[in-house]
Amino acid sequence: MTLDWTTDPELRVEHLTMRFGGLTAIGDLSFDVGRKQITALIGPNGAGKTTVFNCITGFYKPSEGLIRLRHPGGKEFLLERMDDFRITQHAKVARTFQNIRLFSGMTALENLMVAQHNALMLASGYTIGGLLGSKRYKRRENEAIETAKYWLNKTHLIARADDPAGDLPYGAQRRLEIARAMCTGPRLLCLDEPAAGLNPRESEELNKLLISVRDDHNMAILLIEHDMSVVMGISDHIVVLDYGRKISDGTPGHVKNDPAVIRAYLGVDDDEADDLNPAKMGVAKGEAIAGRTAKEVAKKGGRT
Amino acid sequence: MATAPKDTSFTAETSRLDAKALVKDLVGTAVLTLLLLTPIVSYKTIMNQGALVLDTRWTLVVALTFVVVVGRLLLHLFVWAPKRPSLTKAVKSVPTVARDTWAPFRKFLNLGLFAIALLVPLIFYLIPGWDKRGIDFAITIMIYIMLGWGLNIVVGLAGLLDLGYVAFYAVGAYAYALLSTVYLPMWFGTGVVPWAFYIVLPLAGLLAALWGVILGFPVLRLRGDYLAIVTLAFGEIIRLVLINWFSFTNGPQGINVPKATFFGLPFKDEPGGFADFFGIAHDRLYSYVFLYYVILGLALVTFFATNRLRRLPIGRAWEALREDEIACRSLGINTTTTKLTAFAIGAMFGGFAGSFFAARQGFVSPESFVYIESALILAIVVLGGLGSQIGIVFSALAIIGSFELFREMGGLGDMIGGLIYLVLPDAIAEPIVSSISAFFGSIATLFYSLLPTSAQEALSGLAGSDPVQFRMLAVGLAMVLMMRWRPRGMVTRRDPTVFLKVKKSVSADLVSQGHG
Repeated sequence: MTLDWTTDPELRVEHLTMRFGGLTAIGDLSFDVGRKQITALIGPNGAGKTTVFNCITGFYKPSEGLIRLRHPGGKEFLLERMDDFRITQHAKVARTFQNIRLFSGMTALENLMVAQHNALMLASGYTIGGLLGSKRYKRRENEAIETAKYWLNKTHLIARADDPAGDLPYGAQRRLEIARAMCTGPRLLCLDEPAAGLNPRESEELNKLLISVRDDHNMAILLIEHDMSVVMGISDHIVVLDYGRKISDGTPGHVKNDPAVIRAYLGVDDDEADDLNPAKMGVAKGEAIAGRTAKEVAKKGGRT
Repeated sequence: MATAPKDTSFTAETSRLDAKALVKDLVGTAVLTLLLLTPIVSYKTIMNQGALVLDTRWTLVVALTFVVVVGRLLLHLFVWAPKRPSLTKAVKSVPTVARDTWAPFRKFLNLGLFAIALLVPLIFYLIPGWDKRGIDFAITIMIYIMLGWGLNIVVGLAGLLDLGYVAFYAVGAYAYALLSTVYLPMWFGTGVVPWAFYIVLPLAGLLAALWGVILGFPVLRLRGDYLAIVTLAFGEIIRLVLINWFSFTNGPQGINVPKATFFGLPFKDEPGGFADFFGIAHDRLYSYVFLYYVILGLALVTFFATNRLRRLPIGRAWEALREDEIACRSLGINTTTTKLTAFAIGAMFGGFAGSFFAARQGFVSPESFVYIESALILAIVVLGGLGSQIGIVFSALAIIGSFELFREMGGLGDMIGGLIYLVLPDAIAEPIVSSISAFFGSIATLFYSLLPTSAQEALSGLAGSDPVQFRMLAVGLAMVLMMRWRPRGMVTRRDPTVFLKVKKSVSADLVSQGHG
């Protein structure tokens, strides 16, 4: 099967540059996110992955570049000039956060209801109809609860629907954040390290969930991930960043064997980089990357 | 002492302490205290016209022993109790789904409070000497409950710290004052004046909401301390404008305004008045009762509207905003309009309350809208538990109630006495009342006599002053203690707005207090 993400991509990032004062966090980055594909954005810590996410979702205004999102109908949005909340509302991009940002004092169900705010707001006649007890709002609210139930089922959280989000275990909070993003009805789902801190079984479940989101809901997914079992297992397309620049772009098979990627992940010291012979590494590359990742995850776990 | 057997039954229920050991301990304490006090306190020498007279003070000895025994009992129950889990342990195993010990009562709590609120005028009517004063007192508390509920939308739900809420109260009050005295008569003639309250009430709410939006715009980007400072400044600006714009607001002299009427019938002893219309004798009591029910109605509107709003998308967005603003934006929620609606709707209820306040007082002046009022309303909201409506009722009762009691120190004794006279026949009531006042009097005298002379002089100086001056001290102290023992306020649970199977209330430890 040949996968092509360049013809009719869901999202096209062109010459994206983001500077913070004198620091160039992202330099001239271009890549595409294909429709109904899982695109992974990987790279060592500090490579600028989350900055790319923040540019796409409008939390940062990029210094240069274009971010185009095209819906299947042909409607095009230039994300770099839209407010963050309008990107979710109109361009239908949803995101999760590296450090989970749930409404911890609200129940899991309430979290998913908040995610359907815009649709419910419209149905409640901008509150006035809802205050007067309109039937239409009641009906729409029940539909919203059904949607929430669907995603709670899908993320195996239905039993904890009425528990406060802050009370859920870590893995469940990660899943709930994905469910919440899905409840906004997105076209493109951006996940910032969804597998961080998950055990292997939970990672496996996450893989299944993401594949189902892609295949059953025809969604494009863009994810940042360090867990190579997730990245290599489910990605259709991988973009590798290092020091804010793209060093590799292609299928998992291509990226795995790209010397530039191996150097970025393993060639930390100059003398080590000289010794590194890509040809010798042949077999161990995948594991080597995965090994580095495991360490990083452990470090992250320590920090969070 | 007679207190000992009573104590055992009390401890057997509430503490796991060995009741027998406790009684022993308390009896020992009592005996020891009596032995010590007998030589020290029971005799006093008085210079009586050159002769030295020995005075006995046995009541004081008994009173002091009682204080010591009760104090030791309290220490046993709350401080020394060995099996009580320590505070640090309790924090470690925080129950995140709040344990709802009051659940069986809660269902009836709201109904019970509502019933009591309905019956307040009747209750005060039955206490001699307290009919007008008591109902007026209830009206004041009800105004603060309503203001607390209004501010709760901004601070408790949306998590935006507002120190200038009294500005909207002022806008409502001055809207009523100016419209009813100047503009309504000018536009529609004087015939409309008796109806002014009913016409202006909704307008005052709208005007206050408008000012809420006007305040909201500049502070949208501010959070926390910065937001608090700007709202505080806004409150002061409104007050200073009211003082200095003499031609419009009559400055610090204030404005005399027509009082609220019974649907056009003024509460006056004149033809066409309320009493005359219904053919009954004139009594100012009718006006108080009417005003009480008006403010009760307004407060209930605030209560139900807020409750409903919480269950609508806008209310959920407010709470989500309090929890995490960035997550809100990532879900496509326009936080600008969400904040503005919170400010506007909170301000609207403040405007209603202000309009009522003006119509009840018959007079408005900038002095009623000083910063301390904002602080007081905020204290009510915080003390009640952020976001909790029932908590606000109790904290308004406690704070405003204690204020008014300080104002009427003597009145409290009268009221307790009055209640006893009401329940019991006079012959039995009289010795009870006199012994109560003698008992408390003797304790007070005792402490007074134990103080050094300089302190006694200072106290007698204070005694002549107004007890109102102490009220801030007392409220401040109560606030400090409250924040020490229950930092999240009286009611520390959050009711979810929607649920699938069971409604579990959320513990306050999980609920964010907002970023300002």
